[in-house]
Amino acid sequence: MTRLERNDRLIRLGLLMIAFSAVSILIVITLFIFSEGTPIMFKYGPGRFLFGLDWYPSEKAFGLLPMIVGSFFVTAGALLVGVPMGLACAIVLTQFASKRVGRILKPVIELLAGIPSVVYGFIGIVVIVPLIRENLGGPGLSVLAASLVLGVMILPTVISISIDAFQAVPPTYREGSIALGATVWQTIRMVMFPAARSGIVAAVILGMGRAIGETMAVIMIAGNAAAIPGSPLAPVRTLTSNIALEMGYASGEHREALFATGVILFVIIMALNILANWTSARRKR
Amino acid sequence: MAGNPRFEQKIVRAVLWTMTGATILILLFIVAFILRRGLPEVSLEFLTRNPENMGVEGGIFPTIVGTLALTLMAIVIATPLGVGTAIYLTEYTWENRLTRIIRFGADCLAGIPSILFGLFGFILFVTKLKLGWSILSGGLTLSFMILPTIIRTSEEAIRSVPAAYREVSASLGCTKWQTVTRVVLPSALPGITTGVILSIGRSIGETAAVIFTAGSSLHIPTSLFSSSRTMAVHFYILAREGISMPNAYGTAAVLVATILMINIVSYYLMHRFTRKYS
Amino acid sequence: METNREPLIRVRDFSLWASSVRILNRLALDVEPNEILGIIGPSGSGKTSFLRCLNRLIDLVPGYRSEGEIVFGGRTILGPDVNVVELRRKMGMVFAIPVPLPRSIFENVVFGARLSGVRGRRTRLDLAEESLRRAGLWDEVRERLDESALNLSGGQQQRLCIARILALKPEVILLDEPTSGLDPISTHKIEESLRKLRAAYTIILVTNNVKQAARVADRTAFFLSGELVEIGPTARIFTAPEDPRTNDYISGRFG
Repeated sequence: MTRLERNDRLIRLGLLMIAFSAVSILIVITLFIFSEGTPIMFKYGPGRFLFGLDWYPSEKAFGLLPMIVGSFFVTAGALLVGVPMGLACAIVLTQFASKRVGRILKPVIELLAGIPSVVYGFIGIVVIVPLIRENLGGPGLSVLAASLVLGVMILPTVISISIDAFQAVPPTYREGSIALGATVWQTIRMVMFPAARSGIVAAVILGMGRAIGETMAVIMIAGNAAAIPGSPLAPVRTLTSNIALEMGYASGEHREALFATGVILFVIIMALNILANWTSARRKR
Repeated sequence: MAGNPRFEQKIVRAVLWTMTGATILILLFIVAFILRRGLPEVSLEFLTRNPENMGVEGGIFPTIVGTLALTLMAIVIATPLGVGTAIYLTEYTWENRLTRIIRFGADCLAGIPSILFGLFGFILFVTKLKLGWSILSGGLTLSFMILPTIIRTSEEAIRSVPAAYREVSASLGCTKWQTVTRVVLPSALPGITTGVILSIGRSIGETAAVIFTAGSSLHIPTSLFSSSRTMAVHFYILAREGISMPNAYGTAAVLVATILMINIVSYYLMHRFTRKYS
Repeated sequence: METNREPLIRVRDFSLWASSVRILNRLALDVEPNEILGIIGPSGSGKTSFLRCLNRLIDLVPGYRSEGEIVFGGRTILGPDVNVVELRRKMGMVFAIPVPLPRSIFENVVFGARLSGVRGRRTRLDLAEESLRRAGLWDEVRERLDESALNLSGGQQQRLCIARILALKPEVILLDEPTSGLDPISTHKIEESLRKLRAAYTIILVTNNVKQAARVADRTAFFLSGELVEIGPTARIFTAPEDPRTNDYISGRFG
């Protein structure tokens, strides 16, 4: 074996090790969060965490149900706002807009993804929250405010993945349908949508993951009361905000309970990732 | 559904365009709102002075230094790992179970919320490894967070290098590694750079992962072990604790303007890159 | 030509599979030093794959499997122990579509030589000049060696690709339909330089253009569906083919 070939073999090995960095990091993160968060769950029983209604960490009441429900409400609200808007943009950009208009609009929409979440939260505080408080009543800091802001925040995810899904449909489908005399909209509804369905599902799932995982913007506008919200105008606390709000000063079992919150969040996110991965794997087949 | 399909199409089309227009307007509104209220607060002094009285007065100089330090650290760690992974996936192997595992790992990592990165960085770097709230802890945490982006964009960039270049290079007696370094990487560089620039943007705007790992000290960092506050964290603290609205707007304007510029540069690069090969 | 001494390349019983499809079937042929061997045949007959086996470029794509033997200069070129880098330097290849690397003309010419350890700007300049002269391109580019190679015309690019290979001082030049994308004048120039190069190199020319083989090849081989139908002196192949299929192909009845 020559020197060059030996070097090439070493390089291949080195690159293989580097290639495992992402997987290794994922494993290490999983291990750490579970090892910090699960012991306390099993000490007091997972039921008390998952179904408990009261969160008074200093009195060993670790009920996370309000936060789980809160995350669910806020995420559902964000999907109600973000999915129709996102799909509309994706349809317009792939089916209606001319190439030139698309070239201008797409980077503008991608810019949405670049705006830091604290800026979204800030816009929420100074614009959305007062608007809700003055027109609809309540404190303004609410499920509604968080849903609106998160709905905009998930747009880039929903748009870019559904654009990919529409573009993956063979152009002959579209051309064939239009050649048969269907309008563009009939084609979208009856040909493009069914063909791109799994990609659109993946877009919704990943948008959901983004909404559940968002932290700073939600803390700033959701009000953070640790109780199940009774109306869209009531304040709400999500799993992510629960961690971020108290991490700064928590210690002992309180901190472990925050890691338990992290465990629940982690499990939800991983389930969504696997689901998205599974739907897009099916699409490729 | 009944009635004229052409008429139905007209209505649907109008509705969809309105929604798209609304999306664009929201974006423009956010950017314009922040810049209009914030830019008047920004001056050379604001950028170069230290904050006084917890940020009620004075500038944001230390937070700029902190942002730069953390971002640099994250990029320096994540770029070799990400580009290396992409090179392995595209040049050194063919699709198999292993590559699927690697891609799945990167996808999952990309989906993990930043607050969980913050939790993890806090427990591993800050407490277990006793690095404390520091640029090192924050930079490492951020680098893990941006790694998937760099992997994905580099992989796309490397894949778009024409296969013919690799054949020519091999037929001229280049080893695989020579082909990678002399032919593939130079051609993929604009695409890789775009990914790195986007990651810089993401690092600059990140708050949740940074606040628990780099801390929020307002002193100018002096070493990798200094705690440091980034612009995004500073802005969050100013706004949330209502310390100073004018300074919050000013900081936000600097933040948004920076990210705007980063996006424009990366878009420009990407545009040139795709044009070259289409 | 038929003597007892060892041919430069000896192929015996060579078969190639892409997963389970057989692409080449039990080929047997010799290539003599300093000849131009033309390979003709309809597309899909395995000509290009055969060429890619000779410099092991086929390794770049997964799923190929070969059997039999190919000996070059007394040594086998098949199997994992062969130094493919060295082999590829000895067997320069020119592709159907000219692929200049996105660098200057000069850098393109000395690309391979630089990596094989040719040092010094002066040495490299001499090498570039010599190679470009032999490829018949020197007079057209001498003033603009530092310009991007992408600015050259298609025919110039293809001659640049030939020069790039000559700079490696190979023993064999493999050409894979080198003029398929070129106009008649550029084609003529390339055929011209091939005739001159025969003095110093052995050339294997795969071509879809039957007339091109008739113009430049010393011997011609006819491939059909992965089999070697016939090989012999070009004059005989074109005037008195032994196999009726060869006759059909060269007279344009199929392919």
